[in-house]
Amino acid sequence: MKNFNYVIKDEVGIHARPAGILVKEAKKYRSRIVIMKDGKKAEATKLMALMGLGVKCGDEIMVEVSGEDEDTASREIRTFFEKNL
Amino acid sequence: MVRFSGKSVYKGITIGSVVLLDKAGCQVKRGKAEDKDAETARVRAAIEQAKEQLGSLYDKALKEVGEASAAIFEVHQMMLEDEDYLESIDNIIRTENVNAEYAVAITGDNFAEMFAGMDDDYMRARAADVKDISNRLVNNLYGHEEIDFHAMEPSIIVADDLTPSETVQMDKEKILAFVTVHGSTNSHTAILARMMNIPALVGVPVELDRIQNGMTAVVDGFSAEVIFEPTEEVCVKTQERIREEKEKNLLLEDMKGRETVTQGGREVKLYANIGSVSDVGYVLENDAAGIGLFRSEFLYLGRSDFPAEEEQFQAYRQVVQTMAGKKVIIRTLDIGADKQADYFNLGKEDNPALGYRAIRICLKQPDVFKTQLRALLRASVYGNLSIMYPMIISADEVRKIHCIVKEVQQELEEQEIPYTLPEQGIMIETPAAVMVSDDLAELVDFFSIGTNDLTQYTLAIDRQNERLDDFYNPHHKAVLKMIRMVVDNAHKHGKWAGICGELGADIDLTEEFVRMGVDELSVSPSMVLRLRKRIREIAF
Repeated sequence: MKNFNYVIKDEVGIHARPAGILVKEAKKYRSRIVIMKDGKKAEATKLMALMGLGVKCGDEIMVEVSGEDEDTASREIRTFFEKNL
Repeated sequence: MVRFSGKSVYKGITIGSVVLLDKAGCQVKRGKAEDKDAETARVRAAIEQAKEQLGSLYDKALKEVGEASAAIFEVHQMMLEDEDYLESIDNIIRTENVNAEYAVAITGDNFAEMFAGMDDDYMRARAADVKDISNRLVNNLYGHEEIDFHAMEPSIIVADDLTPSETVQMDKEKILAFVTVHGSTNSHTAILARMMNIPALVGVPVELDRIQNGMTAVVDGFSAEVIFEPTEEVCVKTQERIREEKEKNLLLEDMKGRETVTQGGREVKLYANIGSVSDVGYVLENDAAGIGLFRSEFLYLGRSDFPAEEEQFQAYRQVVQTMAGKKVIIRTLDIGADKQADYFNLGKEDNPALGYRAIRICLKQPDVFKTQLRALLRASVYGNLSIMYPMIISADEVRKIHCIVKEVQQELEEQEIPYTLPEQGIMIETPAAVMVSDDLAELVDFFSIGTNDLTQYTLAIDRQNERLDDFYNPHHKAVLKMIRMVVDNAHKHGKWAGICGELGADIDLTEEFVRMGVDELSVSPSMVLRLRKRIREIAF
């Protein structure tokens, strides 16, 4: 299992559109990718659950990646966050 | 040939093909699933269909309104792929043994509630999106065709009833007439029809099951009748009458470019009421001297999130620029009561007409109000703009508004954004405002009397209730006395007073209003020339 923390820089947080793009990205990997915020969890492949976390600008999230391609997945998802959120 | 009669809201006549807006989708019926697998398969098919629909909506929106507005359809597509959403639908079908439509509706409600309960305005507004995709699925499941207003031929719209957010989305070029089973002569469909100069009938007992898209119909606003599948003879007669009407309207053209003055030399400002930027064309076409009521709700209705300042600014600027120095009075948002937008999350009220609406929302949610005020003050630089506040009941409210406006001015100054402070007036549409109009006149630049609400509040008659149409006497002495009082109090303080409700267009009262000293009448663009003709005949 791999995990990393990330502080959201996008001014509206994980709102609908970036959440949708994140879902698409997460579906590329076989690993299970879970986003956690304040003890709440959502799988990165589930749009509404992700939006339901209510992640805002400045919030710190933890990303947990586990599965056979966890090394690549974790690296790529991290780059994704840095570029988009 | 079948005939139905109703109440006419605009005297005109037309012939054309029917488009039926059936909203059965809103009332989902719970049924038993005969075959659970078949129900889940129907859901899958409905989703595929919905994705296609959204895909083409996205493409079209991209071309016509740009990326930012089109993105919402892409988000809707993504929501339809959400695993939790789909699982919930399947689960309800399997465990409760119910039909697909019901499972989708319940799932939609549950997810919408989740978003509605969040502590972030943006996320709360997503509740409307979930409802929207769920309605789309339900419609697909019921096999209701989605009407593409852009692709359709000019048609006669037949519906059970129409909400303002539905009419906002319609392409006005494509509407020949309205026929609704419900709705009163004061409903917003009626107001829209008067604006557009098209025949409209409300309260028509049409059996919608018998009506099909593409049927021919004649809508006659003079006899308040709609005739489906008319005989050849009726068609010929109708064409003849359409020609006659056109000729009569041509005679009014003579009134264009003339002054609106009585025989005795009294000038009346004759303005027009509009509800969207594209209506400005009607104002210019009918030669109104300005816009006396620009309902800003169009910016808020028929969408899933608050309009941003920039979008509002562009819309207001476009209107004042197009009007080239003529007066444009913009009314701040008048949401609530019969005008609902899901993302406001106003909730159900027992008495919406007496409820959380208009200026009350603005004073309670100053952020929403400030965004609109910033856009208005910025647009004011580009022409002759005035702001008008609706639903005022006390001088205290006006003082609070002035404080908020001050704050907005300060912010704009600090940010070095150019603005000017426009004239500010209020709507007089509550009996309370009439009674304290003496105090109010000191605080504002003008009054505009909203006779529709003023009459409903004075007579205690709900204007959405068609059963009360017989009791609704727009010429009630109580209302006329109030108008006189408001005008007198305005003049006492050197301010002007106008009428922007439907009563302002009532030819039978024009002379009385002019004699009372009413300074301005703001009416549907289609009534401007008729009213000018009437005013020019008055001996006073």
